[in-house]
Amino acid sequence: MSESTDDTQASDADEDVSADDVDAAVDEEVTEEPEPEDDSIKLIIDGVERRVDPGGLVIDACNEHGSYVPHFCYHPRMSPVGMCRQCLVEVEGPRGTMTVVSCMTPTADGQVVNTATPAVKRAQEGVLELLLANHPLDCPVCDKGGECPLQDQAFSHGPGESRYVEQKRHYEKPIPISDLVYLDRERCILCDRCTRFADEVAGDKLIHFVSRGNNTQVMTFPDEPFVSYFSGNTVQICPVGALTAKPYRFKARPWDLDQVESTCMGCAVGCRIVVQASRDEVIRYQGVDSDAVNWGWMCDRGRFNFEALNSDQRLSEPMIRTESGLTPTTWNIALDAAAGVLRDALATPESVGVLGGSRGTNEDAYAWAQLADVMGSSYRDAQVGDGLPTGILGYPRATINEAANASTIVLMGPDLKEELGVLYLRLRDAAEKRRSRILEFSATETGLTPYAWKSIRHEPGAQSAAVAAALSDEAIADQLAAGPVVIVAGRGNLAESPDAVIAAVDALFDAVPEATVLPALRRGNVNGALLMGMAPADDEHDALATLQAASEGRLDVLILVGSDPLSDCPDADLARRAIAGVARVISVDTHPTASTQRADVVLPASSFAEKSGTTTNLEGRVTDVNQKVTATGTSRPDWMIALDLGVRLGERSFPSDHPLRGAATVDDVTEIVASTVEGFAGASHTEVKNTVDGVVVPAHVPRATSAGFSPPPRNNYDYRLVISRKLFDDATGTQMSRSLANLAPGGGLYLNPLDVAQLGVEVGDDVTVTSAQSTVVINVAGDERVPRGIAWSPFNQAGASVGDIVDAGAGVTDVRIERAG
Amino acid sequence: MSRLSDHHVIVANDIIARCPRPKSALIPVLHLAQEQDGYVSTDAMEHIAELIGITPAEVYGTASFYEMFKFEPVGKYCINVCTNISCQLLGAWELLEHAEERLGIKSGSTTTDGMFTIEDVECIAACTEAPALQVNYRYRYRVTNEDFDALVDDLRNGALDDEIPPHGTLARVRQTTPDNWADTGRRAQEAVDAR
Repeated sequence: MSESTDDTQASDADEDVSADDVDAAVDEEVTEEPEPEDDSIKLIIDGVERRVDPGGLVIDACNEHGSYVPHFCYHPRMSPVGMCRQCLVEVEGPRGTMTVVSCMTPTADGQVVNTATPAVKRAQEGVLELLLANHPLDCPVCDKGGECPLQDQAFSHGPGESRYVEQKRHYEKPIPISDLVYLDRERCILCDRCTRFADEVAGDKLIHFVSRGNNTQVMTFPDEPFVSYFSGNTVQICPVGALTAKPYRFKARPWDLDQVESTCMGCAVGCRIVVQASRDEVIRYQGVDSDAVNWGWMCDRGRFNFEALNSDQRLSEPMIRTESGLTPTTWNIALDAAAGVLRDALATPESVGVLGGSRGTNEDAYAWAQLADVMGSSYRDAQVGDGLPTGILGYPRATINEAANASTIVLMGPDLKEELGVLYLRLRDAAEKRRSRILEFSATETGLTPYAWKSIRHEPGAQSAAVAAALSDEAIADQLAAGPVVIVAGRGNLAESPDAVIAAVDALFDAVPEATVLPALRRGNVNGALLMGMAPADDEHDALATLQAASEGRLDVLILVGSDPLSDCPDADLARRAIAGVARVISVDTHPTASTQRADVVLPASSFAEKSGTTTNLEGRVTDVNQKVTATGTSRPDWMIALDLGVRLGERSFPSDHPLRGAATVDDVTEIVASTVEGFAGASHTEVKNTVDGVVVPAHVPRATSAGFSPPPRNNYDYRLVISRKLFDDATGTQMSRSLANLAPGGGLYLNPLDVAQLGVEVGDDVTVTSAQSTVVINVAGDERVPRGIAWSPFNQAGASVGDIVDAGAGVTDVRIERAG
Repeated sequence: MSRLSDHHVIVANDIIARCPRPKSALIPVLHLAQEQDGYVSTDAMEHIAELIGITPAEVYGTASFYEMFKFEPVGKYCINVCTNISCQLLGAWELLEHAEERLGIKSGSTTTDGMFTIEDVECIAACTEAPALQVNYRYRYRVTNEDFDALVDDLRNGALDDEIPPHGTLARVRQTTPDNWADTGRRAQEAVDAR
């Protein structure tokens, strides 16, 4: 079980490889093969001639060619360290046969490697006996038992018996090293994987070997926990049960788990994962190594938000509003109610708005877009005024790998560490390994700033001016001219107009016409939903325009498909007026949200892991999403709900020749998408299933046009506002996951410490923040990463509704800050 | 206990500036902290992490390798009694036992007046002069019980103040950096970068 999730799984080692077998193998291979044309090199591994690419390690060459070498510390995505000594093999060299650590030995042409001689076996058994000298044999009560590389390799490559009779080492067990991870030092074999991950991959060097020597142990600094957005990966790569994840501890045994490969839809990166379930309940996600996307990593939000699927607050049956509030009912009654509302509304043109689709699959979004088409609804959007215009997908598109190998990565958008965690890991890796230089434009310091070649601060809205100034810098101009340039473009500030970003991207394109764009829109399948037809035709009909129409009473019905404008629209006042102003709200969602509470009809949708389909990530990569558990209650996939509604609309129903009329399964919808949506022809069901890393589809979207944007002048008293997201916030999926709910930092207004002093307030004081729109009272904090004159506040956090002071129509938001009370 | 004093920050920055990589200054700067407080406090390690630009966990990981960095307050005088083979054969355990009785504490702990800490240690490379001990790393050879009592008395009444400074004191005369060295680290790094 879970072989695909761990590179260290022992193969069924052949214990009885005798010299005769090796000779026989050599005899079989005497047929001379012609020298290949490529630059590969020749190795003799266990007597068989093999060809490998140059520049690799012996351990990889052996494992690729079926000679499994046991190992613990070696991980293909991290630099080798030779800590555990388990991967000893024999290499014949000019000075005779040597036993070497294969993870530290580079391959060489003509190298002769033996992995199964008696000497190798003896060496490996010796190392294992030493590793087990202090390792407790508590496998029956250890979470790792059953999927433990140490356990497996003790069986396959161990001596079977230990000569150690002494007392083993004892430590206090287990100790929490963060809110999510427990450490059991007795079980640790000091392989350096978690500490290397924290250092090399995550860049959060908060765990380290301490008391090196006889009592070496992995430890945090006293009272400074391992707070990393990527801490869950250390649990996955731990080759023993030393690190365990709080949400999974003692929940299941590996042999009870049943799994399916899928794609995480927590954000638009689309990490490949396996969904593991026990007794029809999702119990763990593990990262799968997809070379194109996540390299096996996940962020903690993606890894642990499965708890929300199992939340007892899941919507499990349809509800309609009666005199006593939202009342559970049957699907037939709820669908008829919804259809009745829609039929009445459809008598008036353009009186139904549809928002959402980005939390579901491509198929879900397609069905809802088709329903919007037959209803004649132009008011539709997969975003909620918190992203960029769809035209951002119309630029020449880069993939993640292209970005990570570009000469220059231009960051023009959100803090990727907070919004698209694994993309941050990939770009950080690119900068650290010196493949790329990062040129960052941002209003405040971000997670990638420490790794940037140049990080340019600009005032909110002033991106274009910053780009113009940067382009006149000789060093930057030379760098941009030097090679491939990838622009990562997204919405870095919810309190400023998205036009500011588009204008700056256009300015960059004027200077570097051959640049490509990696759109950094964050929500799960927002890219797919936009391409499926949930994109507004123009900005007269986007989410903000839809909400505006609703607030003015021009819409009779607002359909929210997994969309929660009350929480997610940056302009909170507009969202409130819209929900209050529209006659009816139909909500299709998995969990109760602020918006479902105001709905007239609530239709429960199946969530991730409860339905199958395909999803499209930010590079346009279509991968499959698979069902693992039975859907909650009577919930249905969104596409099915769209179909159910679409046959109840009388003369506005799906016409009888509509392709969706014949769709019986989600695979049928996938095929309809492939045959009807422009660009998706290659993304048929079989292609997506059978292509490694999925299929990258082109976006047939007109490129965004910008009339230019320059921020209005400001006076010296005001602060210009930046609102952006943190990884953990008040989002439903996070708050309904018990382990994650407390990780949200909460609301606050962050100012440069000098500005805090200048205002004459203390950190922790409440201040009133007044914009042209409204006033909120909020806690003030000092942060040196915020430049002077700028106020930064995290979006959608408990305790402060900063959305109240944002006017989506204004280009930027200026605020006056005063001591409260 | 405390972060580095203003004076020590100046010295620390001076040391850091002399290193091509700030991290190389870690050990000397840890010594500064130990000199200031007699041990390396958690606050001091955090402060050092800030000064050098690494995480406190990295500081702790390096510092905790070294037996001579203490992370809890120790006595003004740290007495290390060697209990390795030569000393053991010539009465180290008996000496240690006497020391424990005389000071009224177990090995590994500190007297309540904060004057003495006793530790039993591995070989201190004085086998020819066994049994040997160290007071703040100053050697005493062929130590008898009477010698030990006299040593304690002398330390208490200040007779040895000139010879044995309080724990943590590294050198009576600290090397100062010539003015033209102040930039050594940066210039060395520039030379590396230029290459």
